[in-house]
Amino acid sequence: MTMPRTPKPSRLAGMNGRAALIAATIGVAAAALPLVLSNYQVGLATEVLIFGILAMSIDILAGFAGRTSLGHGAIFGVSTYVVVYATAHAGVPPAAAFAAGVLAATLVAAIFGLLAVRTSGVYFLLLTLALGMIVWGICLRWTQVTGGENGMRGDVRPALLLTNTAFYWAVLAGAAVVTFAMWRFVRSPFGLTLRGIRDSESRMRSLGYNVPLHLFIGFTVSAFFAGVAGAMYAMFNNFVSPSTVALAQSVEGVLMMIAGGVGTLFGAFVGAAAIIALENVVSAYTERWQMVLGITFILIMIFAPEGIIGKLRAILTRKVR
Amino acid sequence: MSIFQLLNGLTFAALLFVVASGFTLIFGLLRIVNLAHGALYLFGGYIGYAIALKTGSFVLGGIGAMAAIAAIGFVLDQGLLHFVRGHELRQVLLTLGFAFVLNDLALVIWGGDSFTVPIPQMLRGGLRVFGVFYPTYRLFVLVTGIVVFAALWLLLNHTRLGALIRAGVDDAEMVEASGVNIRRVFLVTFLLGSALAGLGGLMGGAFLSLYPSADAEILVFSLAVVIIGGRGSLVGVGVGSLLVGLLNTLGQVMFPELAYFVIFGPMAVLLAFRPLGLFGRAA
Repeated sequence: MTMPRTPKPSRLAGMNGRAALIAATIGVAAAALPLVLSNYQVGLATEVLIFGILAMSIDILAGFAGRTSLGHGAIFGVSTYVVVYATAHAGVPPAAAFAAGVLAATLVAAIFGLLAVRTSGVYFLLLTLALGMIVWGICLRWTQVTGGENGMRGDVRPALLLTNTAFYWAVLAGAAVVTFAMWRFVRSPFGLTLRGIRDSESRMRSLGYNVPLHLFIGFTVSAFFAGVAGAMYAMFNNFVSPSTVALAQSVEGVLMMIAGGVGTLFGAFVGAAAIIALENVVSAYTERWQMVLGITFILIMIFAPEGIIGKLRAILTRKVR
Repeated sequence: MSIFQLLNGLTFAALLFVVASGFTLIFGLLRIVNLAHGALYLFGGYIGYAIALKTGSFVLGGIGAMAAIAAIGFVLDQGLLHFVRGHELRQVLLTLGFAFVLNDLALVIWGGDSFTVPIPQMLRGGLRVFGVFYPTYRLFVLVTGIVVFAALWLLLNHTRLGALIRAGVDDAEMVEASGVNIRRVFLVTFLLGSALAGLGGLMGGAFLSLYPSADAEILVFSLAVVIIGGRGSLVGVGVGSLLVGLLNTLGQVMFPELAYFVIFGPMAVLLAFRPLGLFGRAA
């Protein structure tokens, strides 16, 4: 891609004019969606936004720090569990429950992070997978608190956002803020350091950077965003069960991230939309969604590891030549 | 911990050893983290169960399970992993996708009920050991675990194939450069590792029973064993299995609902000091 880039003098928090315009256009278009979609489709769009945030949070680590986490579904789910438990069993108001959920996810992730930053590559993947599975095992077995296999139900959503459309707009606003924050994060000097660590850990270390500390903070920040997505999901679903923290959740998040393109950040929404659309189409014909998910995963790994957008871009540039 | 619980821990460790040794063989030599290993275990259990039920022979069930899982391993290795050789992360994620497919396939074929592989007449009942009355079958599992350990130790340390595998773990390129068809060694290792998962499935299916999420449970235990023991080390798997098996039993006795947490603690402490595991070496 060789596009002439003319830096505009009018910069809004580091965003150039054109990018701001595109972002605003997408934002307006997304906000107008409920006007043309059915109630059910608005629900799906909400789901796309929530899982897009989860996929982006995974991308912060995978795309910018070179560490693919298979534990983010569990971190997401911890937040969901805490929000549902706090509102349904402890009578906490929704806003406070939301904060508690995000906090809990961040704390759990901080503990995970202390261990995970010592590893890289496949070991990182294994460790986050094992840690996530422990969360799943506890949610499944600790019946008194989590409701075990049956899960927990609770009216989590605040009265103001009861309709699907109102909730969609709230999630959209939240997603916009969170997306902007993540975008700033990966472009900050801190984010650049993470990229440096991804490319050469030893070089960054010899330059005097505290690599484990950077990774730890990166992991915790990423988990914070996964926690936000998890808390939103609690309000979206009003229900939580062990399948919310199961490996499949992490895997779907990673798949969405990869489908959208590793390191593209915003691609996460494209990936989320693609996977959720696929899930809905498939579910209309068969109950074998897991199998389709597995096959999709295998096919993407073999044919398009750079993601749907990356693949399209590669095909297009080949045609232009 | 009473003798009875100690034996429970040891027999569970023996099962873990059989499953995790296959996992670590593949991980150590081929550098493939086969996340479908748990699904292979479950599938092996189901197939062994079906054969044992039909023929009435536990041994045939074991042989059938090992052969069938080795065949599935062949498909996975030659049919799918073949396309992503050398890309560590893509390999792992591909095996994960494969695990999902296998797991769902098992659900289609055998449904969501739980099955227990029938124990042969000879191994039913109990024996008196160290003053407690203990199920014969679980003692058989313990013995099988020890036999598998001995067999693998002999294979790795006293055969040409074993020497090639050990050399391959250290430096696969060097082995290839000295004129050995390392691809074939890789394939044999992959099949052997898969067959061990199948054997584990049959053995575990007779005392832990088989149900749709059993694959995830055994996978997380195997991961813990390998993370503790280190990549590609037989002794590491042995020690890791013992630790995880005993800790898990201890956890179930003391905090039944948080048993998972008990294996997590030592894993955490260990990683803080030895990120590559007890017997792991940097690649």
